[in-house]
Amino acid sequence: MTTATATSTATETARRRRLLPRWRDYGRPRELVVRYLLLLFVLGITVGPLVWQLLASLKSTGEDVFGANASLFPHEPTLRAYRAVFDQVPVATYIRNSMFVVVLSVGSQLLFSTTAGYMLSKPNWKGRKAVWVVLIASMMFPFESIMVSLFLSIRDLGLVDNLVGVWLPGFVGAINVLLMRAAFMAVPREIEDSAMLDGAGEWQRFRYLYLPSAWGAILVVTINTFISAWDDFLWPLIVLRSEEHMTLTLGLSRLQSSSFGYDQRVVMAGSVISVIPVLVLFVITQRWFYKGVSSGAVKL
Amino acid sequence: MATQTAKPASAPGAEHTASVPGAAPSRIRRLGRAVLPGPAPGANGAALYRRWWLPWLWTAPAIVCAVVFGVFPFLNTLLLSFTDAKPLGGAASFVGLDNYTRMLDDSDFWLATRNSILYALIVVPLMVLLPLLLAILVEKNLPGIGFFRSAFYTPVLASSVVVGLSWQWLLADDGLINTWLEKAHLIRDAIPFLSDSWLILFSAMGLTLWKGLGWYMIFYLAALGNVPKELHEAASMDGAGAVRRFWHITVPGVRQAMMLVGTLTGIGSLRVFTELYMLGGPTGGPGGADRTLPFYIKDVGLDPITGNAGYGSAVSVALFLLTLGLTLLAQRLTREDES
Repeated sequence: MTTATATSTATETARRRRLLPRWRDYGRPRELVVRYLLLLFVLGITVGPLVWQLLASLKSTGEDVFGANASLFPHEPTLRAYRAVFDQVPVATYIRNSMFVVVLSVGSQLLFSTTAGYMLSKPNWKGRKAVWVVLIASMMFPFESIMVSLFLSIRDLGLVDNLVGVWLPGFVGAINVLLMRAAFMAVPREIEDSAMLDGAGEWQRFRYLYLPSAWGAILVVTINTFISAWDDFLWPLIVLRSEEHMTLTLGLSRLQSSSFGYDQRVVMAGSVISVIPVLVLFVITQRWFYKGVSSGAVKL
Repeated sequence: MATQTAKPASAPGAEHTASVPGAAPSRIRRLGRAVLPGPAPGANGAALYRRWWLPWLWTAPAIVCAVVFGVFPFLNTLLLSFTDAKPLGGAASFVGLDNYTRMLDDSDFWLATRNSILYALIVVPLMVLLPLLLAILVEKNLPGIGFFRSAFYTPVLASSVVVGLSWQWLLADDGLINTWLEKAHLIRDAIPFLSDSWLILFSAMGLTLWKGLGWYMIFYLAALGNVPKELHEAASMDGAGAVRRFWHITVPGVRQAMMLVGTLTGIGSLRVFTELYMLGGPTGGPGGADRTLPFYIKDVGLDPITGNAGYGSAVSVALFLLTLGLTLLAQRLTREDES
C-alpha cells in the first residue's frame, strides 16, 4: 500500500516536471538573455511611442510634454486632459459620428456578405460564375484610383458632407463575400442533406446551420470592418466638410494642423480615446484577430 | 403553394427522400418547397432553383455594390479622363487627350510618381525582411512570449492618424528624439524631420514600416509553422550557424509568404496617403514636395475650388496602370520562382 503511494507521487513529480519546463529547457542561458534583450528592444520601439502618448496625456499643465526638462512619467497624474478634450473639442460628436459609420458598416457587411457568400457556396444555380467574375473584377481597382469618380457619384446622390456617403461605397466588400463563401464551403454537405430531410427551408438552413458553423469567419469580417471603418481617413476627408459631421480620425487630424491652439496633452488624450474601442475589441477576440491576418492571403 | 412546388416523383432526389423511413408525406412536400426539383446536382451540370430569382435576390446587394462602387467608377474614371468635369458639378465637355498631354508635362505629377515609386522601392524589401526576423524572434515559445506578440501587434490597431500624431511629436524639433540626441551630444541643432522634404518622406516610410511590422509578423508566424523543425535540428547538428540556417532553411521555407508580402506591400506603398498627410501637413510637405500619387489625385481632382475631376481621373488612370504593372510583375516573379 505504502509503496504504491510512493510510486504514484514519484510519477506525479515526474509529470509535473515535464509539464512545467525549467529555464534550462528553453535553451542556453546566453541565448536566452540575448533573446529577451532583443524582445525588450523591439518592445520599446513598437509600443514605446504609444505608451509615451498615454503618459503624456496624464501629465498636468505644469509639466513639460517634451523639451529638455520633460520626464517620461507624469509627476502628478491627472485626468484633466481627458476632461479638457471633451470641453474644448467636440470629441463626443466625433465619436458618435464614427460609431454611426461603424455600426452601419458592420451591419451591412455582415448581412450582405453572409447571404451572398452563402448563395455563392451553392453549386446549383446558373449565373453564379458571372457574379463571381463581377466580384473579383471589383476588387482589382485600388480605391485611390477610383475615388474621383466615387466622389462624383456621391455628389450626384446628394451625400456630400453626409455620414451615409462615407458608409455607402463600402456597404459590402467583395473580399468579405469571398471569405464567407470559403467558410460556408467547409460545412459538410451531409449535414445540410439531413437538415433538408427534416424539412428545413433555405432560410432556416442558412440561419440555424450555416451561420453558426461559420462564426469564426463572421468574427473576422466584423473585426476587419470595424477597424477599417473606425480608422478610415482619406474617404471621410474627401466626403465630409462640416465640423458637426466629422469622424474621430478626421477631428483628430485637425487638432494637428491647428496644434498651436491646442494643448498637446489634450490631443494625446484624444488619441488615447480613439484607440480604446479597437483595443477592447482586440483583447476580446485576440485569436480571431490573428486569423484575420492570415486570411489576408485571400485578399489577393 | 405546397402542392404547386411539390417535387415531381420521377426526380432521383425524391425517391431518396421517400425511402427514408418515417418521413411523413407532408414533410417531403415541405422539403420540395425548399429544395431543388429536377436532377440532382452533378447529373448534367447543376440543378436549378425552382424560384430562379432566389439566388439573385440573396446576392443582389453584393452585385450592386461591386458594380456601382467598383466596376462602374473605374469605367467612369476612364471616361472622365477625357473631359474637364468639375468636382462640384457643372457642365463638363470633352477635351480629348488634353488631360494626358498636360500630365506628361506636369512636373508635380512626375514628382508624385517618383515619390510613390521610391516609397515602394524602399519599403518593400524592408517590409519583407524585418517582420520575418521579428517572427523568428517571437516564434520560440518562451515564458511571456504571448505578451510580446500582442504588444508588437498594437501599432496595427492604432489608426494612421493617431500614430501620425504620436510620431509628429517624437520627430518635432523639440520632440523626444531630437531632445535625446541633443542630450547625448550627438547633434548640436535639431534634425528637421518635419520640415525637410526628404526627411519627411523617409520619416513617413519609417512610420509605414513601424505600423506594418506587427501585421506581417503574424503573417510570417503562420508560414514559419510550416517549416519542419527537423531541418533546423539536423542543420545545427551538422554545425550550421543561425545565419546559415536562416538563409538555407528559413528563407526557402517561407519563400511563398515572402513573395506575397512583397506584392501586398508593393501595392500598399502606392496607396500611401495618411502618413504623409500627418507628417508633411495638409499640403504634403513644403510646396507639396512629398505628395504621393493618391495625395496628388486628391489635390488636383477633388479640391472644391481649383479641382479638375477630369485631370484627376487621368492621374488616377496612371496610378491604376502603375498598380497593374506591379501586380503583373509580382505574378511573373512568383511564377518564375515556382518553376
